[in-house]
Amino acid sequence: MQLTIKEVEYVEKLAQLKLTDQEKEKFTKQLSSILDYVKQLNEVDTKNIEPTNQIIGLENRIREDEIEEKIQTEKLLQCAPNVENGFIKIPSVF
Amino acid sequence: MILNELTIRQAHEGLTKKDFSSVELTQACLDQLKKVDEKIHSFVLITEKEALEQAKKVDKKIIQNEQIKILEGIPAGIKDLLCTEGIQTTACSKILENFIPPYDCTVIKKLKENGLVILGKQNCDEFAMGSSTENSAFGPTRNPYDLERVPGGTSGGASASVAANESIYSIGTDTGGSIRQPAAFCGVVGLKPTYGRVSRFGIISYVSSFEQAGPITKTVEDAAIVLNAIAGNDKLDSTTSQKNVPDYTLNLNKNIKGIKIGLPKEFFEQKELDQKIKESIYEAIKIFEKLGAKIEEISLPMTKYAIAAYYIIAKAEASANLARYDGIRYKKNVKCQMSNVKCLLDMYLETRTNGFGDEVKRSIMMGTYTLSAGYYDAYYLKATKIRTLIKQEYIKAFEKYNALICPVSPILPFKIGEKVEDPLTMYLVDAFTVPVNLAGLPSLTVPCGKIKMREKAKEYIINDGKSLPVAFQIIGKHFDEETILRIGHHYECEI
Repeated sequence: MQLTIKEVEYVEKLAQLKLTDQEKEKFTKQLSSILDYVKQLNEVDTKNIEPTNQIIGLENRIREDEIEEKIQTEKLLQCAPNVENGFIKIPSVF
Repeated sequence: MILNELTIRQAHEGLTKKDFSSVELTQACLDQLKKVDEKIHSFVLITEKEALEQAKKVDKKIIQNEQIKILEGIPAGIKDLLCTEGIQTTACSKILENFIPPYDCTVIKKLKENGLVILGKQNCDEFAMGSSTENSAFGPTRNPYDLERVPGGTSGGASASVAANESIYSIGTDTGGSIRQPAAFCGVVGLKPTYGRVSRFGIISYVSSFEQAGPITKTVEDAAIVLNAIAGNDKLDSTTSQKNVPDYTLNLNKNIKGIKIGLPKEFFEQKELDQKIKESIYEAIKIFEKLGAKIEEISLPMTKYAIAAYYIIAKAEASANLARYDGIRYKKNVKCQMSNVKCLLDMYLETRTNGFGDEVKRSIMMGTYTLSAGYYDAYYLKATKIRTLIKQEYIKAFEKYNALICPVSPILPFKIGEKVEDPLTMYLVDAFTVPVNLAGLPSLTVPCGKIKMREKAKEYIINDGKSLPVAFQIIGKHFDEETILRIGHHYECEI
């Protein structure tokens, strides 16, 4: 399967990355060869087979929404690069 | 007695008999680190001060004749994917270079309750993506058997460090073989527990539906000891099982007479498998026969599709998990301080473009593509259905067998740089390890000797530079770590 540079640029946009021309070319080639490889899955008939996402069969576990332990807000905010008055600061959206 | 060469069991006995102190034991590890780690680069951060402080506390208890737990005062290294409160945790990525977690992950919390002495954070592939530890943003780790070769990955630092006697044990994580394969490459024991046996809370996520943390140790018994400490339900991780946690050391010595072991022929017949690895494993199997195990060849025909299914699912989950690195919540690389950032989107792009390495970008691209509109059914959904078939195949095999034995890696540790150009050949190295993650099974790497190399290593830290380690893995039923540990322990006692 041969991806085009245009397809790679579309995915780049979805992935919120900025690739150099060199990277685009490289990824087009490498992703094409990986997609070629995974094509072999089509040999397997998966009609009527359920997909597996949770391998040990657990289902949603519900709990009461009670506060038990609280990490101090300040401690969490220290992880962020830009903070003001207890809020995380970001550049303008547009 | 060389203290840093001891196993957990031996070190514990020495501590309780007051033959040496935890500070002396810890200092021996730190000295070894200073002596050899410049060459191996197992660690990205050494926490000497914390380690000695923790050791002193344990020594105080010992002096006062208080009972100590088996892991108490034993120095260990931690893969830099596990959040450690107040200690930098980077996932070996530039994007988390300055991240200091405000809390401990559950595994660390539990180990601290058991008296952990933390030596530092160990090198791995960036966000645990890779098979050789060459993808670390902070440079590769080298195999102590031959410094020109890789230690395997992604827990390459954790494995090399135990092999080189810098750490008494390590904690790694296994998404597609990341404990078992580097353990095999470095000649140490590595256990990937059943999915849901060990909490993932606070472990930086790559593939949430595959990952498990586990021990990398010098002996099988040590692996059982560490699993005792870290296993169990966690209310902070709803994917952990509520199943009871047995004492994994209790039945280690129970004989394995009559135990049924299957040898999946698809693994042994694969043409990429190094003939010498195959021979070594067959030698090991003779020992199991001697011990009274019943050995039979079995067939797992879906094995050939494991890599393809694995990489589709892994990269899809990765692209979703790594969306959180947007420059807002975690301190980012200083280099992308925002001169050309005018709006929010600019910040995302600057942060992610400068913060992620090559394999991580490739993974995000691949995952984004297979999850994008029009391709989801053909790739992701298809792969998750194949996953069902692989799981069913294993469950069926375990109706008849107590465990399966097969190679861990088709090849011996390769040279640094040998495979970085072609990501697909690097993926194929994982052919024997990923099926276990797809099926969520536990599996244990057990070393089975050394294989002579054609040319002598130019530089090495352990062994004689003339041979490389080889290992097999023992795959068990869901939540039956007990049996595979028992089988591994008997092999170890026999050789």
